[in-house]
Amino acid sequence: MKTDQSPERISRRVVLKWFATAAAATQLGRSRLWAEDMSSLPAGYGTDPNLTKIYQPGDVWPLTLKPKERGLVTFLADLILPEDEFGPAASALRVPDFIDEWVSAPYPNQQSSRKKIIPGLKLMDELSQARFGRDFEKLSARQSTGILDAIMAQQGDEPQLKKAQGFLHEFTSLCMGAYYGTPAGWKAIGYVGNVPLPSFDGPPQEVLDRVGVTQTVS
Amino acid sequence: MPTISIDQAKPEYDVVIVGSGAGGGQMAYTLTLAGLKCAMLEAGRSYDPQSETPMFNRADQTPLGGAPTPDKDMGFWDATVDGGWSVPGEPYTQGSTDKHEQFTWWRARMMGGRTNHWGRISLRNGPYDFKPYSYDGLGWDWPITYEEVAPYYDKVEMLIGVHGANQGMENTPDSPPGILQPPPKARIGDLLTQKAGKKVGVPVVSIHRAVLTKPLDADTIPAKLHPGNKWAQDIVAKSMRSRAACFWATPCYRGCSIRATYQSTTVHLPPALETGNLDIIANAHVREVTVGKNGKANGVLFIDKSTGREERVKGKAVVLAASSGETVRILLNSKSNQFPDGIANRSGLVGKYITDTVAMSVKGQIPALENLPPHNEDGAGGSHVYSPWWGYEAQRRGQLDFARGYHIEIGATRSMPGGYSPVPMGYLRGQYGTKLKQEARRYYGSFITLAGRGEMIPNEQCYAEIDPVVKDKWGVPVVRWHWKWSENELNMALHGQKTFAAMIEEMGGTVTQPLAKSGYDLIRPGGNVKHEVGGARMGVDPRDSVCNKWSQTWDVKNLFLCDATSFVSNADKNPTLTIMALAWRCADHIIEESAKGNL
Ligand SMILES: Cc1cc2nc3c(=O)[nH]c(=O)nc-3n(C[C@H](O)[C@H](O)[C@H](O)COP(=O)(O)OP(=O)(O)OC[C@H]3O[C@@H](n4cnc5c(N)ncnc54)[C@H](O)[C@@H]3O)c2cc1C
Ligand code: SF4
Repeated sequence: MKTDQSPERISRRVVLKWFATAAAATQLGRSRLWAEDMSSLPAGYGTDPNLTKIYQPGDVWPLTLKPKERGLVTFLADLILPEDEFGPAASALRVPDFIDEWVSAPYPNQQSSRKKIIPGLKLMDELSQARFGRDFEKLSARQSTGILDAIMAQQGDEPQLKKAQGFLHEFTSLCMGAYYGTPAGWKAIGYVGNVPLPSFDGPPQEVLDRVGVTQTVS
Repeated sequence: MPTISIDQAKPEYDVVIVGSGAGGGQMAYTLTLAGLKCAMLEAGRSYDPQSETPMFNRADQTPLGGAPTPDKDMGFWDATVDGGWSVPGEPYTQGSTDKHEQFTWWRARMMGGRTNHWGRISLRNGPYDFKPYSYDGLGWDWPITYEEVAPYYDKVEMLIGVHGANQGMENTPDSPPGILQPPPKARIGDLLTQKAGKKVGVPVVSIHRAVLTKPLDADTIPAKLHPGNKWAQDIVAKSMRSRAACFWATPCYRGCSIRATYQSTTVHLPPALETGNLDIIANAHVREVTVGKNGKANGVLFIDKSTGREERVKGKAVVLAASSGETVRILLNSKSNQFPDGIANRSGLVGKYITDTVAMSVKGQIPALENLPPHNEDGAGGSHVYSPWWGYEAQRRGQLDFARGYHIEIGATRSMPGGYSPVPMGYLRGQYGTKLKQEARRYYGSFITLAGRGEMIPNEQCYAEIDPVVKDKWGVPVVRWHWKWSENELNMALHGQKTFAAMIEEMGGTVTQPLAKSGYDLIRPGGNVKHEVGGARMGVDPRDSVCNKWSQTWDVKNLFLCDATSFVSNADKNPTLTIMALAWRCADHIIEESAKGNL
């Protein structure tokens, strides 16, 4: 699914109304869909881990997202980094696994990220329920991007709006870290390397010409 | 790396060396190749760069994509074992609660110490740097000149392999012809910075780093390093032949399994072990230097971390190379009737006048570098160019409000992404979908960081002492740090910021953060550059210094300090090449004196 920001503008009044509805809706029975705060933290990898091993998410500490969240993460990650001419969709590059590993990690940065991500996922779902009466991950492309556009385009200090924007920013950042850490991601962004070479020849002529400089090291 | 346990140790060694980093490694190398029997004690575990370095590991094969955590402060792949800003069970304390007076201390507990992950920048101190007091009336002069140290810089550069180019610049010494390895080609951002530098009067030239850009000449170098010692030459030649040249991939801070870059564990320790004259005891946490009735050092007392027991190793001479802060700690903890204030501390100067490096940086986003055709910029695993300090003339004319200089380390590379967003998220706010990917590609590689590294003037308020209460988990009293920057450093930081912003502007770029108004908002905390040097300075007068010009302590003539403790000042040039040059020189002195029976 190719996603793109839609030019369609939704008024601020309407968006704030969604938030109000979402907040008022009693979510009885739905709370068990969401992962809880981690009351006791698992061990990290310590100060002397095996550095050469190939690791998979879940190898060092258990993953903690619930199925509902995994579904939402996958759907949202693929909206943010869809399959297109640059490369595959986020889920094809295991971005959801990375995010699960990240929010399940015992370290302070990751735990504070968890405090934004899990409530943020919940908020997206509430907005979707309030607006379309459906789970976020069941929305059509148009509906879901409509919500993203509505949140991202607004300016204002309303706590719910800030929270939604903060969540999307953090979530996008995690997607970027995961996506571009893969060979397909390297191709998408234009990284070339991590291969042994017989010589280092500096930037190609085409690049020198574009920037208007000449190589000065002979 | 092969080690022995304490029960395999000899009853007595010629020399006991504490620490296996740059200083200890060089000392062991020089002494064992001259035939002296040495024991080396290392607080950390053994480490093998060949099998333990994560050379090509990718973000998607690594916990959290390799992002830093409190367990691995500089990221998962960083070649620091059991260390970082904190070492488990081994705290240090602060003398003040003032936020401007904190000291941060980077330690590693492993064979080779911090040389496994250091930045490899290898700059010679210049003639002024050994005579700073004579130059501008601040601080103290060293009891040695550049000319006395130069032959040792030559030798160290030939042994470890340093790439760079001779520039003929003031106080930035050239190496004799044929010593430096060829410099790597400049990256695209380097060339743009160089062009902008010309306009604003800042030179940008090839940096010197300890990376082999071609194989070492094992046929001729060993004879220059060890004239008349065929046995040593053969061992060194063999070691040189087993080091590959850089293959232009994998950042050096992970370590180098092909031994193309200097680490004590890739360059110093293999030939030293090959001599059969070196016994290394790992997990040996040295608490104090022991002294005999004659007032001479006779060995060290350490805690064997594998058993928790106190053990002793005996030697005819003792060399401390545990890194400045740790060496100071050992000296001050070595109390006896003869040395109630700590060994070799009759001057009261042990722990005093510690300096770090002034560090400030500015990052710019450069439109000319946007959307460039993809190309490989991995290069030599670190910076390729830098700016040596250029302001001597302006200073002489009284145009600057600070003394001494800083150099600029230039960070411009399309480095391997992963873990964090490859483009600062501020540039991507509110984007998603194909537009996000386009913007990521546009901005990737368009950022340049200019990082200043400058000289701090030693002052009385920067020192290390023993905390009266706190002990580490082995029961050894820990270091308490005291720190204060002076106006000089704060003004230098602001000058750096102004210069970097002008360079970025000249490139048509914009600075990515608001500029700091005060030096304190800019300068990194004390110790943050991990160039803590001093604490037992050398000099000409025992009342005014801890050691003589050979790094031999005045009070105990068979006790030597061969890390940076004996430094009198801390030039903007990163310290490690000088640590090695002085350690080699100190080792030659030990060899001579012990041959004469003077120790
Ligand atoms: C990230 C980073 C980048 C750097 N980049 C550069 C650079 O580009 N250029 C440069 O010149 N310098 C650089 N440095 C600094 C450089 O690493 C040090 O100057 C150098 O390693 C100091 O050598 P040393 O032998 O004094 O100490 P270390 O290398 O720290 O070695 C000391 C050893 O002694 C051991 N030890 C400590 N206490 C005891 C004890 N009580 N008993 C037994 N053993 C003990 C330690 O475990 C350690 O292995 C960098 C440092 C860091 C951390
Ligand atoms: S860049 Fe070169 S020297 Fe550095 S680690 Fe990689 S191969 Fe070794």
